[in-house]
Amino acid sequence: MAALIKAAKKEGQLNVIALPPTWANYGTIIKTFEQKYGIKVNSANPDGSSQDEVNAIKQENGTAAAPDVVDVGLAIAVPNASLFAPYKVATWNDIPTAQKDSTGAWYEDYGGYMSVGYNSAKFGTITSLNQLLGPKFKNTVALNGDPTEANAALQGVEMASIGEGGSLGNIAPGVAFFHKLKEAGNFSPIQATGATVKAGQTEVVFNWDYLNTASVVGSPTWKVFVPSNAVLGGYYAQAINKNAPHPAAARLWEEFLFSQAADGGQNLWLEGGARPVEQPTMASNGSINSAAAAKLPPVSGTPVFMSLSQSTKAENYLVANWAKAVK
Amino acid sequence: MAVASTTQTGARPGRAGRRLAAPSWVGTVPFLCYVGIFLLLPTGIVIWGAVRNSTGFQFSNLKLLGNSDVRSYFVGSIELSAITAVVGAVLGAVLAYAIASGNPDGAVRRFSLAGSGVLAQFGGVTLAFAFSATIGPVGYLTQASWFYDFPQGIVPIYVYFQVPLMVLVFLPAIDGLRIQWREASENLGGSTWHYWRYVGGPLLAPAFTGALLLLFANALSAFATIQAWENQIAYTVPQQISVAISSEVGTANPSEADVLALGMVVMVAIIMTGYALLQRRAARWLR
Repeated sequence: MAALIKAAKKEGQLNVIALPPTWANYGTIIKTFEQKYGIKVNSANPDGSSQDEVNAIKQENGTAAAPDVVDVGLAIAVPNASLFAPYKVATWNDIPTAQKDSTGAWYEDYGGYMSVGYNSAKFGTITSLNQLLGPKFKNTVALNGDPTEANAALQGVEMASIGEGGSLGNIAPGVAFFHKLKEAGNFSPIQATGATVKAGQTEVVFNWDYLNTASVVGSPTWKVFVPSNAVLGGYYAQAINKNAPHPAAARLWEEFLFSQAADGGQNLWLEGGARPVEQPTMASNGSINSAAAAKLPPVSGTPVFMSLSQSTKAENYLVANWAKAVK
Repeated sequence: MAVASTTQTGARPGRAGRRLAAPSWVGTVPFLCYVGIFLLLPTGIVIWGAVRNSTGFQFSNLKLLGNSDVRSYFVGSIELSAITAVVGAVLGAVLAYAIASGNPDGAVRRFSLAGSGVLAQFGGVTLAFAFSATIGPVGYLTQASWFYDFPQGIVPIYVYFQVPLMVLVFLPAIDGLRIQWREASENLGGSTWHYWRYVGGPLLAPAFTGALLLLFANALSAFATIQAWENQIAYTVPQQISVAISSEVGTANPSEADVLALGMVVMVAIIMTGYALLQRRAARWLR
């Protein structure tokens, strides 16, 4: 570890990509890493998608600007494993086996549950998806992007599907739900951001729970609920570019992100409302920030996760049917 | 003073010519570099990407253009561009005529022209946000269900930048109509209708059609405005190009993006050729 820190400090820089400062506490995480090791973090294209991250690895291959590390969805991590350098962090054994590639090409880092955030000052308390079809939700219900393009949006439709009697392998009822929302005039197809929430354009947002908190959205009356009949989880994964321009800094970054220390990445993600992948171990060995853990939105019901083949199937259905359902 | 300066400038080219015997085309080098880097190179990359895959040349990518989904994006783009071009051209032409018939040095004209210059560039996220936050669902139209329907929801937003552009490109043509032509028409017993039917209309027709094509191309290439209006459904070609490049759920296909872009390049090339021909015809009378 000491040798790694020394080599990383010598490189002096780290290129990260597609990490919005308000996403899962990344602003603080980057700042903490910079202060702790004196390494400058160059953050490119903060609002990019997982595919944009892989595109950057390919297009900037061999240049000093290429991303050193990526944080991508599984649908991108698995097929692109050959672009990554296998690496196993010190806490490797604390990552559940199902949540990592056995060779170390990628490893899940943090996740959350799909949730519905809403302006409680205007709508009171919402407890079920069907309430959203009512007349007071005119032009307000939004996803986080186009589900044929953005994973958070695809999972939002899938959550609606499970709530409407569909399953992980059947997203059709979710598409039908959004068709009903559109018919009712309640679907707001603009990109939900803190700004659109404050402007009142998207007062109900389907998004990961860690992006749907009052502090991220910037509205004190923002509340969130996870439908008890549709607890859909999802994790992102870390990977190192195999031709990283700063290979030691990249590995030190991963060690930092998977550190269970009070100022390590796992607890910092937790403070941002995300659920770190080593949370079960940390809860039992006492290293967890229990105040932050207590603030996570309560979840009742058994969480389910989409497999890669299920999300591919969902994606194919969306490509053929999404636009028709909501146009 | 004026005479002296004319003499001085007149002397310069001779001296410079003797010192620097550069060939006459040297002056065009910056222009050619500019066109090469910002127009020809990207076009070349798009065409290259459209006909290749990782192993070699592959023209089957172009078959995508026959796919019904892909066709629907082109239909969406053409529909939106055509409607907003016609609405923008008609409203803009009326406004331009009103400005032209006022005092040529007056405040109204200067104000309208300066305003048009600014508003023609006022597009993108700012425009879409301003529209939906003041007039749209959060403003007056809280219960309107058409605001997010295509194309009626987005047309009014596009018209905001199409009308000022029309004023800018069409006003010189109206200014070119000489008062003597109108007087000649009236002296020969022509009514207002006769004047517009046989003199003004035919003179302005090429300029109007040319401006219409320019507006069409302007709307065709717009991306940020429609993306800020809504980004959860792709209606137009530029939106689908974005999906094809960035999709993180397994549908990213850079070749599709290149093929779509190639389709746009071909459309714009046809439109701009038509525009150039019409401009040449319009320039015959209106100088």
